[in-house]
Amino acid sequence: MKILVCISHVPDTTSKINFTDGDSKFDTAGVQFVINPNDEFGLTRAMWFKEKQGATVDVVNVGGAETEPTLRKALAIGADSAIRVDATPTDGFFVAKQLAKVAKEGNYDLIIAGRESIDYNGGMVPGMMAAFMDANFVNTCIGLEVEGDTATAIREIDGGKETLTAKLPLVIGGQKGLVQEKDLKIPNMRGIMQARKKPLNVVEAEDASAQTETKKFEKPDPKGEVKLVDPDNLDELIDLLHNEAKAI
Amino acid sequence: MSVLVYTESEEGKFKKAALEVASYAREVAAKEGGSVTAVTFNAEDTSELGQYGVDKVLNIKSEKLSKFNAEAYAYALKQAAEKEGSKVVVLSQSANSKYLAPLLAVQLNAGYAPNVVALPESTDPFTVKRSVFTNKAFNLLQINTEVKIVGVSQNAFGLKENKAEATVEEFSPSLSEEDFSVNVESVDKATDKVTIADAEIIVSGGRGLKGPENWGMIEEMAEILGAATACSKPVSDMGWRPHSEHVGQTGKPVASNLYIAIGISGAIQHLAGVNAAKTKVVINNDPEAPFFKAADYGVVGDAFEVVPRLNEKLKEFKAKNA
Repeated sequence: MKILVCISHVPDTTSKINFTDGDSKFDTAGVQFVINPNDEFGLTRAMWFKEKQGATVDVVNVGGAETEPTLRKALAIGADSAIRVDATPTDGFFVAKQLAKVAKEGNYDLIIAGRESIDYNGGMVPGMMAAFMDANFVNTCIGLEVEGDTATAIREIDGGKETLTAKLPLVIGGQKGLVQEKDLKIPNMRGIMQARKKPLNVVEAEDASAQTETKKFEKPDPKGEVKLVDPDNLDELIDLLHNEAKAI
Repeated sequence: MSVLVYTESEEGKFKKAALEVASYAREVAAKEGGSVTAVTFNAEDTSELGQYGVDKVLNIKSEKLSKFNAEAYAYALKQAAEKEGSKVVVLSQSANSKYLAPLLAVQLNAGYAPNVVALPESTDPFTVKRSVFTNKAFNLLQINTEVKIVGVSQNAFGLKENKAEATVEEFSPSLSEEDFSVNVESVDKATDKVTIADAEIIVSGGRGLKGPENWGMIEEMAEILGAATACSKPVSDMGWRPHSEHVGQTGKPVASNLYIAIGISGAIQHLAGVNAAKTKVVINNDPEAPFFKAADYGVVGDAFEVVPRLNEKLKEFKAKNA
C-alpha cells in the first residue's frame, strides 16, 4: 500500500496572531511553525500501516523553501520521502489541485490529510482533492483500518459516530482519534539523523489559479473585563445570565 | 435567480442550523433581488421553512438517501443548484455540511467560504467575513467564481423570521451506484443527548474536577439547563471523558449562546476553541486562571462547593420561569 500524508505547515497553537502589510498578511515574526496537529494524527496512523502492513509513506506539502524543516520533521518521524510543491498556497482550491496531481501521478492508494489546518480552518482540501482525483472520501475520520483494497473508517458526526467502508483509493480528512494523543510519534535522534539523508523532492506547481482571495484580516474587538460574582451570592450570577446576557 | 440553501433535517425534522441558514439565505436573496430555494432530504413537513423566508422547497424523497451520504447528497445539491440557476449556495457548518461542501464546490466549480460569520459585505465583488486561526482573527474573503458556496458558522447569524408561503416541489435527482461508493455501515448516535454542535448552552469541565467520578454535578447542570456536556483537552486525553466532548483548537469548536467552564484554567488553545461562544462563565478557585480574562462572568471559588449550590439555584430559577 502506498500512502501519501499531506502536511500543512502552520503556526504553533500557542502563537500570537498578528498581521502586517496593512492587515493583509499573517505576521510570521517570532512564530514557531509545526506540523498541523490534525495532520500529525494522520502521519502517526500512517506509521502504524508502515510498521504493521508494510506500507510506504511519503509526505507532501505545498509551500516555499521555509516549510522544509516541517517536512524534515515528518521524515524524522518515519516517512520514507518527501515532496514539496514549490508554490505559495493561495487558497484551498489551489492547494487541493496541486496535491491531487501529486497523489494521482504517484498512484497512491491512501491519502491522509488533516480535516482542516489550524491556521485558515478551511477544511476543504481533502474533499476537493478526492473530487479532483475521483477517489473516495471520508472526513473527520477517527478510526481507520485497511484490508486488501477496502478501508473501514469511523467518522465523527454531530453527537456520535458512524462506520463507513470504501474502496481505495481513498482520501481521509483526519483528526485526533486516528491515534491517541499519547501515541503521537515524536522524532528521536536516530530518526533526525536518518531524515537528513532521505529524499526531499521539489516539484513545480501546476498552473491553477485560486478561486478566492483574502482582502484583509481583522482581529476581534478586545473583550471587556470579567464581572466577578461572589460565590456566596450566586443569585446574582443567575440574574446576570438571565437579564443581562439573556443566556438562560 | 435564486439562492439555494441546504436545510438539514433529522428524522424528518429541521435542525436549528437549517432555519439559521434559511434566514441567512433570505437576506442574501434580498440583497441580490432573488428568491430562496431550499433543498430537503426526506423532510416530512416543510412548512416551517416558509417562516424563515424560503420561497420554494425542493423536497427529495428517496429511500436510498435516508442515511446521509456526502457524495450522493452533494451530487443531488449540484443538480438542484443547476435546475434553479443558483449562483449562491448557503449551507451550515455541521459535520455533514462540512463533509459535502468541498465535493459540491468542485462539482459546481464554485469558490467556497467556510466559517462565515456575517452577511456578505458586498455581492459584487462577493466578499464575506469568516473566522480564521480558530476564532483568533477574521478574514475578509473575496470569492471570484461565478457560483459561490457560503458555509455559515453556527449561531453567527441567528434566526430571523420572515414569513413567506413556501411552495413545495418533489425533486428527483439522478443518482447512480457510483455516487454511493462510500458505504454507511452503521450509525452510533445518542439520540437523547444534546450535541455540542446543536447546543444553546454547554457545560464544560476541566482538570480541576480531579476525576471522572466527579462529573455528576456537571451532568446535573447540563440536564437542568438542557445543555450539552463538554470537556478540556487534558480531560479527554486522560480518558475521563470521551474525545467527542473535547472542545478547543484540536477538538470541537464551540459557538453556543452560553459556555460554562468549570475547573478549566483556560489554555490558549481551549480559549480559541470557545471564543465564538456568546457568553462565557468561568468557575475556578484560582483567580489567576487565564480563563478569567476571556470570560464575561466569573466566580472565584471551589467548584465542589459552588456547582452544587448553583445547581440548586438554577433548579429554583427553572421552576419559576418554566
